[in-house]
Order: sequence, then structure tokens, then C-alpha cells
Amino acid sequence: MTLKEVACGRTVKVKKLTGEGPVKRRIMDMGITKGIDVFVRKVAPLGDPIEVTVRGYELSIRKADAEMVEVE
Amino acid sequence: MAVRIALAGNPNSGKTTLFNALTGSNQFVGNWPGVTVEKKEGKLKGQKDVTIMDLPGIYSLSPYTLEEVVARNYLLAEKPDAIINIIDGTNIERNLYLTTQIMELGIPVVMAVNMMDLVEKSGDKIHIEKLAEKLGCEAVEISALKGTGIKKAAELAVEAAKNKKSTAPVHEFAAEVEAVIHEAEEMLPEDIPEEQKRFFAIKLLEKDDKISGQMSSVPDVSACIQTLEDAFDDDTESIITNERYVYISKIIGDCVKKEKKQKLSASDKIDRIVTNRFLALPIFALVMFIVYYVSVTTIGDLLTGWTNDTLFGTWIVPGVTKALEAIHCADWLTGLIADGIVAGVGAVLGFVPQMLVLFLFLAFLESCGYMARVAFIMDRIFRKFGLSGKSFIPMLIGSGCGVPGIMASRTIENDRDRKMTIMTTTFIPCGAKLPIIALIAGAFFHNAGWVSWSAYFIGIAAIICSGIILKKTKMFAGEPAPFVMELPAYHWPTIGNVLRSMWERGWSFIKKAGTIILLSAIVLWFLQGFGWVDGRFMMLEAEQLDSSILAKIGNVIAPVFAPLGFGDWKMAVAAVTGLIAKENVVTTFGILFGFGEVAEDGMEIWPQLAATIAPIAAYAYLVFNLLCAPCFAAMGAIKREMNNTKWFWFAIGYECILAYVVALCIYQIGSLIIYGTFGVGTVVAFLLVLVFLYLLLRPYKESSTLNVKMKTVRARS
Repeated sequence: MTLKEVACGRTVKVKKLTGEGPVKRRIMDMGITKGIDVFVRKVAPLGDPIEVTVRGYELSIRKADAEMVEVE
Repeated sequence: MAVRIALAGNPNSGKTTLFNALTGSNQFVGNWPGVTVEKKEGKLKGQKDVTIMDLPGIYSLSPYTLEEVVARNYLLAEKPDAIINIIDGTNIERNLYLTTQIMELGIPVVMAVNMMDLVEKSGDKIHIEKLAEKLGCEAVEISALKGTGIKKAAELAVEAAKNKKSTAPVHEFAAEVEAVIHEAEEMLPEDIPEEQKRFFAIKLLEKDDKISGQMSSVPDVSACIQTLEDAFDDDTESIITNERYVYISKIIGDCVKKEKKQKLSASDKIDRIVTNRFLALPIFALVMFIVYYVSVTTIGDLLTGWTNDTLFGTWIVPGVTKALEAIHCADWLTGLIADGIVAGVGAVLGFVPQMLVLFLFLAFLESCGYMARVAFIMDRIFRKFGLSGKSFIPMLIGSGCGVPGIMASRTIENDRDRKMTIMTTTFIPCGAKLPIIALIAGAFFHNAGWVSWSAYFIGIAAIICSGIILKKTKMFAGEPAPFVMELPAYHWPTIGNVLRSMWERGWSFIKKAGTIILLSAIVLWFLQGFGWVDGRFMMLEAEQLDSSILAKIGNVIAPVFAPLGFGDWKMAVAAVTGLIAKENVVTTFGILFGFGEVAEDGMEIWPQLAATIAPIAAYAYLVFNLLCAPCFAAMGAIKREMNNTKWFWFAIGYECILAYVVALCIYQIGSLIIYGTFGVGTVVAFLLVLVFLYLLLRPYKESSTLNVKMKTVRARS
């Protein structure tokens, strides 16, 4: 499962990040790394991007990019 | 001894507040050479020999964003004597991630843990001494907003700079990783100073594509990379990022005591409403309405009107003219001073009050945290054509006046999105273009409502198509734009910071954009006001515009517009005077057709104008004026915001070419449909449509590296 498919209000654990390049590095730089808990807080009113809580702060990420984050 | 201290930290960590508190009004704002990233420098309060350099807010020292590359190039090449690393205490985990990277640069670091008042209020505890020990640097608790601890932070930094002693980074990764880093360090060229070895080794292992420019020779570390990747079954970049966060998580447990809290913070409560699925859009619309209503429709318009009409129109300009006449100044000199220079200055200053009102709003929205939510809410719509969700505000303001619209693009962090917004904002018909629309609609189309609707439609279509086309061009494709954005906690901004931000932007407009506006106003005043009458070169009365130098130029360039259907020199001249201010197009027609003053929509000249050209040509003329280069004031704003001559001309050139092509297609294809005329022009028009469709539909791939030409300086040893 990827972070894109996680329903609002659920907390998941990051398993792996796929892909490469700037987007992947940026996602990791912002603290979404292996083993961390991510809480999916809400979806933007137009359906994209999503807002997640990670390492105690709020992060907004596009669904297309969230697909790179494998979770369990 | 002169000391240079760099201020580094995450965006939203209170860096600007701290910088202001450290330097007071002793600041110099500029740009990093060659790029549009703002550079701020200042002298430490009370210590003239200490320079503080405010680095761009960054999350990491990766090679992918302009800000990060600028910051790390500065730190590596210029080697400041010390770094103050500001950290948001309420968000310490992610903030320390940058710290672990900064620690590897071999420069003494003082950690300033900010927002301690908020940390205490939430019941959390940060053991500052333990934290300092675990990271191997000095650490102070501060509150930039309240001003506590700032002095101590500055003193520690100056002391560290004078001692010159940088402590080696003490953070450690997993043993296997450390072994490989050590191996890579051994392979580095000799001229890399001992204390920077870890940084270079890690960057090489991460396959960083910007690091080789800073080394004399690049060793081959592929074997090391292979070892690591095999051991961890991941790429090196991920492994090292992971290791940093693992280390941080470990020390956080010892140094930070989090209050177990279940209840929502005030910020969470606000966000629940403001970005709520159903309420977000109405609230957004309301906020935008207030911004627009106050800064464009009411107060802003009132102030601008007063500055233009009363202050300059009835007091200063006539006053200066009278004074000059009283001392029997030569006519041309009176004209130059009063109508050229003073009126030109008025043209610049006229925008300022409205702009200040707008900047006040923007500064407030930015520092309270709502601006990030604007991007969050609008992202879905705007990203499709290469713009940011924050592009909404410039475009909205642009429908009133393009000049503050362009200046409002400053809130967009991403370089590519910002440039794209600057280039396309003026496609939206601004207030000054409305008289042109009224003129054409009245003279040719019986005031049909569709004319003005179509003007807005064409403006929006031009923005969307330009976004898609430009995104794929070489100029823009070089910048990756990941949208992984922090949504900072809401907080109440301080009046001082908001006012300072408002003033800085307003002043930069006056200074940078003002010069170009003033100069071009004077040049056009000369071209319009002088000419040949009966073979004698002289200064002209307003009614003699058809003898002016400008008219001569109009005659020369008129054939260029023949394929667009308006090859008449009067049309060309009117379009050129539109560069001063778009509403001048109508006034110029008034003069050229022999009426002194005309109504705003030029009603008096409707019959004559209608007799000059065909309706379809008039519509093409309207479209040309809507899309082509904006007025000088807007061009000045573009120049200011692009901060780069090449980009400025690219923007203006693109707008003019697009205007020409669209007007040509409208006239040629329109003529074919209405009158059945078919010729070379028609063929060209169809070919242009095909090229346009190709540019629009060709495939596009986001770049994976940052293409930026910067003066890369080798690290000094």
C-alpha cells in the first residue's frame, strides 16, 4: 500500500520509499523516512494534495508524490 | 577584527525575526549573484565589525533547490567565521536534520533554539546542555519574538568566530556507514581541509551532482557506494538521510521531554476550520475578497487616485510649471521638468500607496501562516499549467493593476513558479485596459457584452497555454519543483515584522522599478512632444502629435502590423503610447482624430475609427493590446522581480510575440470565415496554429537535476 491510498484519520508506518531524484530526496529531507509514523490528517478541498503529520509537524504532499511512499 | 557570521535555518523557524533583532535597521538587501534569491546582510547591533549574513531558509543542503545550492556554496566557498543555526524548538526533530549537515562543514556553530516561550507553554522540556553536548556545539535558548537570549547567542557566535575552533561533528551513524565514510574521506584530494572532509565524503557518496565543481579532483567512490547499497539494499542518498534521522530520534529521546497531549492546539483548531473540506473555499474566497476590496477597489484606489490626480495632477505638476514659468525658464526645459521628470516620478509614486496596502496584507498572510494554506488549497488547479497555488493572488490583483500583481509574486518561493507567474500575470486585463475594451466594443460591436467577456477569456487562456508551453521550454524545464511543503503552525505576527516587510518591498519597487519607469517616461515624452513642423524641428503642442517623432516611428513600424489588419500608423502610435499607461491608447486616438479631449471610452471618435478598419481587425488590435508588453510601470516591476536582464527581455519578448501571433491568427482566420479572403497570411496563420498546438501538446518530463549556472568557487583551504 502507498501513502496515497491511506484514508484520512489513520496512522501508518513508512516501509520504504520508491523512485529517485529530487522529489524522493525532498520527501526524506522533510522527515518521511523508513520506520516513521505518518498520520494522514486531511485532503485538500479540491481532492489533492493531502496533509499529513510527521515528526510533530504538518506537511502537505501531492498524491502523485505520496505514491512513492510505501506504508504498512 | 572583522567577523562574518552566517545565519542558517529552516523556513518558518523565525530566522527573519532573529535577523531583524540582531541587526536592527542596519541592513542591506540585495540578490545572490545571477539568481533571484534574496540576499540580506547586516551589521550586528553595537558591533560594527561583525557582519551577519542571512542565508535563504532551507531544510537541507541537497543539490536540488536553488536556495540550498546558494546556501551551501556560500558556506563552502566563503567560509564564514561562525554559523548561528536557528532552530524551531516546537519542531525540533526536523530542524535538527539541517543541523547535522551544517555541523559537517567545519565551521564553528552556535545553535539558537527559538520559540522557547511556546515550548514552555506547551509543557515540553528541552535540555539544552544535553543537546549541545550530543551535537558538539554551543546552544542557547532564545525567543526571537520576545528578544530573550538573542544577545547571548550573538556573543557566543562572535566568541566562537574569534576562537576559530570548530568542533568536529560528534554525531555518528551506524558502524558500517561510518566505515565507508571514513574510506571515502581517505580518497579525497589533499587540498580539502581536514574539518570539511566528512562533508565532501558524504556528498560524494550521495552522488551529489553539484559537489564536483567545488573540488580540485574528484575521486572515484563507486566501490564505496556499491558496498553501502549492497549492505542496506537502498540507495546511498536514502541511507544517509535515514542515518541522520535515526541519530536525531536517538538524542531527542534524551534531550526533549514531550508532554503527552491529547487535546488540539489552538493552531490545530484554526486549521480544522480554515482548511476544512467544505469551508476552505468559501473562507478563501472571503479572504481574497477582502484583500482585493481593500487594496484594489477602495483604499488602494482612493490613495492612488489621490496621488495621481490631486497630489501630482493639481498640485505638484502645475505648481512646478508655474514656478518655472515665473523664472522664465525655456519652454522645453519647463516641459522636460514638469511633464517629463516630475510626471514620471508621479507615475512611479502613484503606485506606491496601493502597493503598500497590498504588501501589508501579504506580509500579514505570510507571517500568520495562511499563505502556505493558499498554496495547499489552490495547488490542484494551478500546478497543471506550471504555476503555484500562490499564483492566484498575483493574478487576482493583476485584474486591478498589473504592477502590484507582479510585485505580489514575491510570496512564491519556487523560482520556476515565480518567474512563470511574473510572465503571465499581465495577460489578465487590468483596470487601465478597460477603456481600450470599451473603445473597441463601442466603435465596432455596438457595445456587445461578449467583447469584454472574451477579453478576460483570452487573458485566462493565454495564462493557461503559456504555462503549459513555457513549462516545456528549455528556459523552464531545468528546475525540478517538488511540492512537499510545510504547513507552519498559525501564529499572530508582530506589527514590527509586518511593517518592515511591507516597507522593504515597497522601497525595492521605488528604487529598482522606479528608475526604468522614469527613464522610459522621459524618452516617450520626448518622442511625443518633439517633431518637425514645416521642416523645422521644434517642441509641439499636444494637438500636433501627428508631426512628432513618434508619428514618424509609427509610420515606419506600421507595415509590421499590416498582416494583423491594422497597418494604419495611427494604430501603431496609439499602441506605443499605451506603453506609458494603457488608457493612453484611447487618449492618443482622440488627439490623432482631431479631438482634443475624449471621454474615457472615446465615444467621440467611434464613427471615425469604425471607418478606418474592419471590425475583425479592430478585435485583433484589441487582443494585441491586451497581450503585448504591459505599460512601463509593469515592465519596471517585471525587471525588479526577475532581477536579471536576460529573463526580463525573455518575458517582454514572449509577451509581444504571443500578442502578435494571436492577433495575426484572429485577423487572418477571422477574415477567411467572415469575408472568405484567402492568401499567404491565412496559410501562415494556420501554420502558426499548428506550431502552437505542437508546443502545447508535446510530451514533457520533469528535470531531475537543478540546472543553474552559478559562479562556483573552489573551497578555500
